[in-house]
Amino acid sequence: MSASDYTRDEIMTVTAARQLPNGAVCFVGIGLPSAACNLARMTHAPDLVLIYESGTVGTRPTVLPLSIGDGELAETATSVVPLPEIFAHYLQRGRVDFGFLGAAQIDRHANLNSTVIGAYARPKVRLPGAGGAPEIATFAGEVLIIMKQTPRSFVPRLDFRTSCGYLAGSGARAATGSPGAGPRAVITDFGVLRPDPDTHELTLTALYPGITVEAAQAATGWPLKIGTRLETLPAPDSDELRVLRALQASTRQAQARPVRITLPAAI
Amino acid sequence: MQLLPLKEAIAAHVRDGARVALEGFTHLIPFAAGHEIVRQERRNLHLIRMTPDLIYDQLIGMGCASQLTFSWGGNPGVGSLHRLRDAVEHGWPQPLALTEYTHAELALGYQAGASGMTCGLMLHHTDTDLDRVSSSSRRTLSCPFTGRPLKAVPAIRPDVTILHAQQIDAAGNVLLRGIIGAAKEAAMAAERLVVTVEEQVARLDADMNAVVLPSWLVTAASIVPGGAWPSYAHNHYPRDNRFYLAWDEIARERGAFTAWMERHVLGVRDHAEHLRLLGVAA
Repeated sequence: MSASDYTRDEIMTVTAARQLPNGAVCFVGIGLPSAACNLARMTHAPDLVLIYESGTVGTRPTVLPLSIGDGELAETATSVVPLPEIFAHYLQRGRVDFGFLGAAQIDRHANLNSTVIGAYARPKVRLPGAGGAPEIATFAGEVLIIMKQTPRSFVPRLDFRTSCGYLAGSGARAATGSPGAGPRAVITDFGVLRPDPDTHELTLTALYPGITVEAAQAATGWPLKIGTRLETLPAPDSDELRVLRALQASTRQAQARPVRITLPAAI
Repeated sequence: MQLLPLKEAIAAHVRDGARVALEGFTHLIPFAAGHEIVRQERRNLHLIRMTPDLIYDQLIGMGCASQLTFSWGGNPGVGSLHRLRDAVEHGWPQPLALTEYTHAELALGYQAGASGMTCGLMLHHTDTDLDRVSSSSRRTLSCPFTGRPLKAVPAIRPDVTILHAQQIDAAGNVLLRGIIGAAKEAAMAAERLVVTVEEQVARLDADMNAVVLPSWLVTAASIVPGGAWPSYAHNHYPRDNRFYLAWDEIARERGAFTAWMERHVLGVRDHAEHLRLLGVAA
């Protein structure tokens, strides 16, 4: 049963969650990816293995973490390993099926910028930087990108390429010997873009109910290609919405909880 | 290992201009030690940390640092580190020279430093502009056996690494439990290791494979309960996510930031007073 009353953020998160098959190993970023991955685990993919870069493997949080290393992630994990091992033994060794990334800017070949807006030496906006994104983009079997679509974020030319998608397209990525296949889908608040099999240019392949092609094109900073078979994505079903909303409510509650520390009497 | 009050440990082991790594990935961030560095007005530090977090936002905003080596500089799940941004974008309160890595590269640099290597090796990751702006801090080469492209990152050797941990025993051995990040590598890479701990116990409550830093590797230790707040110490107190959310407003403007630091850090004697003033401890 599909629901009619949902927000664009909710259908975006639900659509992202549906990309993840049960049993897959997924390297999770904080924010929207974390919400999508845990929603998948709590609905259709109970055996999804979630790895956070802080070193938690197979974690099953009951509330969404604010940071990549909240205690909840460690307490509910199968194993907590040192950070160098996450990147070497799990990611570089090829044990991660899906990497989930966001960014401030994306170009038509799904290359990503999370470093600066403006010139590197004198940036207009200094963004947080690479984190684990360049290695996730290279070594994860496939990459899913989740980003809100605006002309300022979907740009003809990145100010800085932090992480690679398909580079200049048309096989340029494969020619570098990159082990991962690259971005499989970009999930936005309008619908889903997928790379063209030959040119690797991002192409609009699906829209949410009630969203027009024109609106998606207007939210893109380059002339957006439209797929020959444009799909309308199903609305979130009531179970997905119930789980997502409950997860977000318990997260808000947990984040509002004050922390109290008891100091020894002598201090 | 010398057990010292934190004030003396920082005075003795953190010098102006030093390469200093306060490590702890989201967990066990040594905030109390960072605040003592602010109180002692250290200058021109080269700060090293994977995720600068609020503690380096504070040190940078208070004018303690002229260089930063890092891999991800945001307030996790919240947004920008406004003081870090102001230093990079406008040179306030002083310019900040950046050496920027990915997480895997910086962790590798610590590992190389910890192992006495000159550099660390990993598989080359596909083309990024980071290779162009930080060309001095990475090189590509071919594997001598297979020809596969590799990336080399120079060893990172802090003058002093500072960690927070849960326990120290009577002999001065230190136990870290929970998310460990690259703390062990940063500790082993440093010339000196300063540790703050939640508590001293007669005997560590440690499994055989637990992360225990033997006392002879620890230069100085201080007992500072709550020393990781607003980050956390597993089994002692949780991460104060409410404060991480509130920091966004506190640090957004120079004036409000400086006033907050003057009142809550410079205006108090030590970390216990800091926690009491903020209502975190009774």
